Amino acid sequence: MSLFIVNILDGLVTGLLLFMLCSGLTLIFSMMGVLNFAHASFYMLGAYFAYQISMFTGFWAGLIVAPIIVGVMGALIERYGLRRVHQYGHVPELIFTFGLALLIEEFVQFFWGRQQVPYNPPEALDFTAFAIAGNTFPAYKVFMIFMAIALFLVLLYILTRTRVGMTIQAALSYPETVQNLGHNVPMVFMGVFGVGTAMAGLAGVIAGPVMGTFPGMAFTLGAIVFVCIVVGGLGSLWGALVASLLIGWMQTFAASYNLRMEDLLIWLGFEKPTLMWESAWQDLWTLTLPQVGPILPYLFMVIVLVVRPQGLFGKRET
Amino acid sequence: MKSLKKFALGMAVAGLAATAAAAETVKIAYIDPLSGPFAATGTNGLHQYQFAADTLVNERGGVLDGQMFEIVAFDNKISPKESLIQLQVAIDQGIRYVVQGNSSGVANALTDAIAKHNDRNPDDRVLFLNYSAVDPALTNDKCNFWHFRFDAHADMKMDALTDVIAENEDIKKIYVIGQDYSFGKAVASAAVRMLTAKRPDIEIVGNELHPIGNVQDFTPYARKVVSSGADAMITGNWGSDMLGLGKAVIENGFSGPIYTYYAAADGITAAFGETGVGSLKLVAEGGNNPPSKPEAQEYVRAFKEKHPDGNISQSRITNVVQMLAMAIDDAGTATDVVQVANALEGMEFTDSLWSDNPMVMRPDDHQLIQEVHIYGHVPVEAPFDFDNSGYGLKYENSIVNAGADLPTTCEMERP
Repeated sequence: MSLFIVNILDGLVTGLLLFMLCSGLTLIFSMMGVLNFAHASFYMLGAYFAYQISMFTGFWAGLIVAPIIVGVMGALIERYGLRRVHQYGHVPELIFTFGLALLIEEFVQFFWGRQQVPYNPPEALDFTAFAIAGNTFPAYKVFMIFMAIALFLVLLYILTRTRVGMTIQAALSYPETVQNLGHNVPMVFMGVFGVGTAMAGLAGVIAGPVMGTFPGMAFTLGAIVFVCIVVGGLGSLWGALVASLLIGWMQTFAASYNLRMEDLLIWLGFEKPTLMWESAWQDLWTLTLPQVGPILPYLFMVIVLVVRPQGLFGKRET
Repeated sequence: MKSLKKFALGMAVAGLAATAAAAETVKIAYIDPLSGPFAATGTNGLHQYQFAADTLVNERGGVLDGQMFEIVAFDNKISPKESLIQLQVAIDQGIRYVVQGNSSGVANALTDAIAKHNDRNPDDRVLFLNYSAVDPALTNDKCNFWHFRFDAHADMKMDALTDVIAENEDIKKIYVIGQDYSFGKAVASAAVRMLTAKRPDIEIVGNELHPIGNVQDFTPYARKVVSSGADAMITGNWGSDMLGLGKAVIENGFSGPIYTYYAAADGITAAFGETGVGSLKLVAEGGNNPPSKPEAQEYVRAFKEKHPDGNISQSRITNVVQMLAMAIDDAGTATDVVQVANALEGMEFTDSLWSDNPMVMRPDDHQLIQEVHIYGHVPVEAPFDFDNSGYGLKYENSIVNAGADLPTTCEMERP
């Protein structure tokens, strides 16, 4: 039971971290109509910038400055890159973001090398917050949870309770009408892109010390972020939150419990082959849940797409 | 037209220079990754070879009547296919010595290709000096006369490691975890086999494989290790999988020793920093930080002066260079590799920078028998630290002639 509670907490950390990436991407996705392949790269940039800043001033300055730098970079890329490509249609946009992702990876390798950089949690948070039956929970992870929840509440407030938020929501659904009403829609898009990338950067700043800061960090997270927005539904903040948490728990629990395919098959009434290594089904019989874990989110996405193509909380079809 | 003439002239001059140089140098092909995700490791290895050749051979007058060692780099992008192409290029350039280390997959491809080549072309045979690929098969089932291994192979290291664990009465439960591919599986099966033989009372409380290079967060695995009540952990992980697993396990409350193969250098030592002290252990051959011999300390200082960001992370490289030089001198020829191989076979090597005990190139399987150490991750003074981090590796236990009693299945055919 105690392990179950610990896993719930661990899954919460993973899920909330994913949410910080997905919330920005889902807004950008519904705005552009195409995936931003470079979104996870901004996450990586956030971690590296924060590492560089933390070398001079410590962790806390990096926490504030790095996301701002990443956000400004994102806004500039939207203004001078994506907006020009936009007029040629979706495919060039897609290719542009894909190229951007490769470029950022090379950029990172050029400046910081291919090795992992020593980016660590601040000393102020380097202690054990509490322990459940011998499983300690680092204070830094508590900090991660609070940061993500605070970000969610702020976003939710801005999007649903303020004038700016209403303009954004309207511009996402009916850009022409909003433009005719006298709002500067390109400016809104640039702002959304900038804030979205800044949130990805913030996620990188927070995740870097825990998950490792290395040139492959964008790649390992890149695909799962797309699963999250497709499952959650386009442009839906609640959808992004629910989908992120589901995926976080799915991955954590899958890795934690050594359920074996063997037991399931025997329970289903199949007979275990006596000479396993000669059986054609050897791979199936020896599977364990932790091995299957990484593909579960993708399986989940396929099921959601079949049953509810607009996503759990989405209003329009993907 | 003019430029074409210049080009032709240039080619001719270059050709002349090449023939002239060939008479005076012993070329050694370094086939390892110099681009791609493992480029950092490959480049660092190349620097160590060049430095070893210059310092230990060329500045001391070279081999035979003053022939110099020259390291020629070939980028194999850590792909077996690309390595075979590069091997052919090296052979076409008249190179007779090949060194390679990163990835046993590449080493397996090279050793097969070299054995075939030597069978078919008795006039320009080559030797394969493997300095890091630790798949036990290379000196067992797949052994051949042309392959020499200077690192202790995975089973020998596990043998040393389990010797040390067997003596530690505090360890009652062990968790084995690794990457889901051939090396991870080999480490796990060797660990289970040897632990059951040496300490039947030790309980293996976990034995699992995780997807390689695809785990974002190792926390769930760390929870399993902690809640299994294990006193120690064994892993063959490397790269970011090593770092992620190690950090997660330590952060989540595991305080026992973590026995590893590759938790050092290439950014890993720096990233662990203070957190790894007391728990991180590593099994390997090689020198202490700092090494005991004054000339070895001098060597490290000079290397760090030339390559401030580099590490002497594969100290066996100097053994390769020195032993090859000795074998060439003994054989009296650098071109007849059969004689050089015969000189290497059974060679007793006492001049290693890193060890006071003699090493022997076992004739049965061409495996270097040497001291293997269990290192602890501890603070180390510059310039003997890794990654300029203030941390490095110090001996905790040493096993002389490690793995010498492990039987080999090698049936070597000699030319």
